[in-house]
Amino acid sequence: MTVLVIADFLQGQENAAIAPATLNTVAAAAEIGGDVHVLVAGQAVGGVAEAAAKIAGVAKVLVADNAAYAHLLPENVAPLIVALVLESGAKGYSHVLAPATTNGKNILPRVAALLDVDQISEIISVESANTFKRPIYAGNAIATVQSSAAIKVITVRTTGFDPVAAEGGSASVEAIAAAPDAGKSKFVGEELAKSDRPELTAAKVVVSGGRGMGNGDNFNHLYALADKLGAAVGASRAAVDAGFVPNDMQVGQTGKIVAPQLYIAVGISGAIQHLAGMKDSKVIVAINKDEEAPIFQVADYGLVADLFDAVPELASQL
Amino acid sequence: MKVLVAIKRVVDYNVKVRVKADNSGVDLANVKMSLNPFCEIAVEEAIRLKEKGIATEIIAVAVGPTAAQEQLRTALALGADRAILVETSDELNSLAVAKALKAIVDKEQPQLVILGKQAIDSDNNQTGQMLAALTGFAQGTFASKVEVAGDTLNVTREIDGGLQTVALNLPAIVTTDLRLNEPRYASLPNIMKAKKKPLETVTPDALGVSTASTTKTLKVEAPAARSAGIKVTSVAELVEKLKTEAKVI
Repeated sequence: MTVLVIADFLQGQENAAIAPATLNTVAAAAEIGGDVHVLVAGQAVGGVAEAAAKIAGVAKVLVADNAAYAHLLPENVAPLIVALVLESGAKGYSHVLAPATTNGKNILPRVAALLDVDQISEIISVESANTFKRPIYAGNAIATVQSSAAIKVITVRTTGFDPVAAEGGSASVEAIAAAPDAGKSKFVGEELAKSDRPELTAAKVVVSGGRGMGNGDNFNHLYALADKLGAAVGASRAAVDAGFVPNDMQVGQTGKIVAPQLYIAVGISGAIQHLAGMKDSKVIVAINKDEEAPIFQVADYGLVADLFDAVPELASQL
Repeated sequence: MKVLVAIKRVVDYNVKVRVKADNSGVDLANVKMSLNPFCEIAVEEAIRLKEKGIATEIIAVAVGPTAAQEQLRTALALGADRAILVETSDELNSLAVAKALKAIVDKEQPQLVILGKQAIDSDNNQTGQMLAALTGFAQGTFASKVEVAGDTLNVTREIDGGLQTVALNLPAIVTTDLRLNEPRYASLPNIMKAKKKPLETVTPDALGVSTASTTKTLKVEAPAARSAGIKVTSVAELVEKLKTEAKVI
C-alpha cells in the first residue's frame, strides 16, 4: 500500500515554498499507513522538492518540473497524476491525497473522474485505510464513509490533522517525465491579497463582526483589535448583505469555514448559517448587547455589553 | 452561445438540520427545500450573459427526485429558457451526477456549462471538475468574474490568499463562488410564465448512465456538542479568562 500526496505550494516572490497544508495531508497519509510518496508538480520547483524530501515520514518525492505545470492548471496536472497512478499498477498507489486547499479542490475531482472513482472530500479523520469521517451540511453532521474503490481519491481538511514535522525526513527525489501542455487553459495573472493580517481560514485568531457593527466604518474597531491579536477579520452574512464589508470576509455555511484557536464574535446574533462556519473553533468569545442572542449558546465566554465600549477596551487591555 | 446551468435541490440554508435517531442520515421530512445558493448564482450568471447578448439559450438541468422540478421552475422563472430533469430517486454521488450531465452535454452541445462550486448538503465540491474531466473541457472553478472574449473565456478565480485569472478555450466549465454576482428574485409574472416553459424528464437509464458508486455512508452523527460556556461581567475578566483559563492569548 502506497499513498501519493499531491504537494501544494505557495508561489512566493523569489522561491516557491511548500504550502503548510501539505504537512497536514502527509499526517493523514501516515494514519492510512504504508509508504508515503509526495508529488511536486510545477515550474522551477526544485526548492519545493528539496523541502518535501525533508518532511518527516516521506519515502519518495516525485518531481515533475515543467512550464505546463506552472500554477497547477488542472487540465495539465490531472492527466499527470492519473498516468502516475495507472503506471504504478496493481501494487502501486492505493490512495491519492491532496490538501483541501483551492488547488487541491480544483485538481483532485478531475483526477477521480478520469480514474472513474468517487472522490471523498475534506476528511477530518482516518478510521481505517478505507473508512473516513467527513463533515456534511457545513459541519452540522459528520458522515462516516467507506470506499470500495481500488484507488481512493481524497482531499484532507487541514484542521482535522496536526501537521507532521517539516524537518527530519530524508526521502529520495526522482524526476518524472512531463506530458505536453493540454493547450486548453492558460494562466493570465494573479492578485494576491497584500494584507498584513493572516488569511481567514489559516488564522489562529479570528475576530468577526455582524449586523451589530452598524456600518462598514465601525469595522475599524475590529481591525484595531485584530492587529493587537495578529488576527484575521471576518463577518457574518448579515454584515455582508448589509454592505458593511465585502463577500470574501463572510464566515458561514456559504462563506468560509474557520476553526481557529480563538474566535471572537462581535455584534453577531448567531444565525445557524454563521454558526456552521465557526463552531469548530477551539475557544469562542461572544460580545453582544442582547443577552438572549443565540451566539451565547455556543460561546465559551460571553460578554453582554455594548460592543462600542467593549471592543476598544479589550484592544487596550491586550 | 448555448449555456447549460446545472442546479441542485437542497435543504434551505436557514434550516437547522437534525441527524436521524438511527444515524442513517439527516432528517429531511417536512423540511424546507430550496435551490442551492451557489446554483442560484450560476443561474444568475447565465441570465446576465443572455442580457449581454452573449448567451442565446439557457438550459437548466437538475439530476434528482421528481420534486426537483420545483427548483427547475425557479430557474425558469429567473430566466432559463427550458429545463431538463434527469429523474432518479437514488441519492447520487458527484461522479454519477457528472456522468448524467455529460450525457446531456453530448446531446445539447453547449459552449459553456455553469455550476455551483458545491452543494450545501453534501459539501463535495466535485461535480463541475468531474464534468470537466469527462467532457475534456477546461475548467474555471470558484469563479468571481467571467468574461467571454471571442472563443476564449477569461475566468477570475477565488484562490487561497487572493485571485487568479485563467484563459480557457471554449467550450468550458465554470463553477461559481459567492462574489460572482448577487442573484435576483423572480417576479410574480415570471413565475407564472415559467409554468408554461418546457420541462423535459429523462432517466439515467435512458441516457445510458451508470449510477453505481464506490462509496457507502456507514453512519451519520451529530457533531460533538459544545459545552455551555460562562458569562463574564467585564472586559478585564474576559482577558483574565482568555489568558489563564483558555490560554489562547
